[in-house]
Amino acid sequence: MISLTSPVETRAHRWPAGLKLGALCLASTGLFMVRDIPILGAAAVAVLALYAAPGPAFLRAGLRSLRVVLPFVVVLLAWHAISGDMWMGLLITLRMVTLIALANLVTMTTGLEDMVDLVRRLTAPLRRLGLPTGVLEIAIPLVIRFTPVLVARAETLAEAWRARSRRRPGWRLILPLTLQALDDADHVGEALRARGGALGPQQQE
Amino acid sequence: MERNIAQIALFAAMIAALGLVPQITLGFGVPITAQTLGVMLAGAVLGARRGAAAAGLFLLLVALGLPLLAGGRGGLGAFAAPTAGFALGFPVAAFATGFFVEHVRLRSAGLAAGLGAVFGGIAILYICGATGLSIVSGKSLAEAFTLIAVFIPGDLLKAAITGMLVQALAKVRPQTLAWHRDSASVTQTRL
Repeated sequence: MISLTSPVETRAHRWPAGLKLGALCLASTGLFMVRDIPILGAAAVAVLALYAAPGPAFLRAGLRSLRVVLPFVVVLLAWHAISGDMWMGLLITLRMVTLIALANLVTMTTGLEDMVDLVRRLTAPLRRLGLPTGVLEIAIPLVIRFTPVLVARAETLAEAWRARSRRRPGWRLILPLTLQALDDADHVGEALRARGGALGPQQQE
Repeated sequence: MERNIAQIALFAAMIAALGLVPQITLGFGVPITAQTLGVMLAGAVLGARRGAAAAGLFLLLVALGLPLLAGGRGGLGAFAAPTAGFALGFPVAAFATGFFVEHVRLRSAGLAAGLGAVFGGIAILYICGATGLSIVSGKSLAEAFTLIAVFIPGDLLKAAITGMLVQALAKVRPQTLAWHRDSASVTQTRL
């Protein structure tokens, strides 16, 4: 499974994930309160500069991940143009794109392990309250492991379907896929139990 | 306990896989991915609490930076996007779907699941989605609704598929559907 972390190593990769997330929260709240287009424009340019700083490969990857919001930008601008408040439309789209770009920037410069680490530290207070947060540390790798397995299985099922029929497979593949996933869940559950339970041997006493 | 964790994790993986597999893209002009079908299934098969846990776990992995949302999107940016309301509504929708099938007793498991999917996966999810869209786009709630109403026919289709899948599941693997097994035993004791 490929994470969205950028392979281009930047200085920000080494900053603590909690710091980056905190800065993102502050910056996002700030951007939401701004109602001036010049300030928002300056913020957008500053974010663009952050993207450009690590080099052209990083900038290209960043812009590519922003391409998915392009249809929304077009729809929003067109809608506001029709209703006659172009400035409002410009303000909203500028703010939206800057917010998304900033959040993507954190994702691009923070590795998966750092993020999982951050989750563990953020859930530490809950653990002290007695909630079994260790469950998360089992569930996260399970999902990461089984998503490509299920995708590959769906592709095998589609291939088998195409060998038998000229029609498109479509939703009919989902029943065998679900059944197999449920069987997997039973096996994984048994395997976890056999290895000392979901909470680990030291926590079960 | 262990089986519950495994089922929650596997259904989170199902929600991810259904959004990524191109073979299960439902056509009809607008390309509709099967991701919300995964959310409906999680609620309808696992029930309210475990269904919501599966959808929540899926969201956590998206936030951690995995490109699991339909079309390979993901990362923290997905929660600032115009569609963020839908993504954040996934656990709510799965919970509502599960709540429906657990509390509205119907003879047919498939019918209960289908109606539950309409309630959770469409009504509740669209309220979340429209709220998110209206916050991000600065439009009123009604205007946001008209913009996303295009997708309702596709989602009705997904709810129908959820019903059919759960109907088949009740036949071939009845032990999976805890909520249906309970209602079946209730009718048996009444007899």
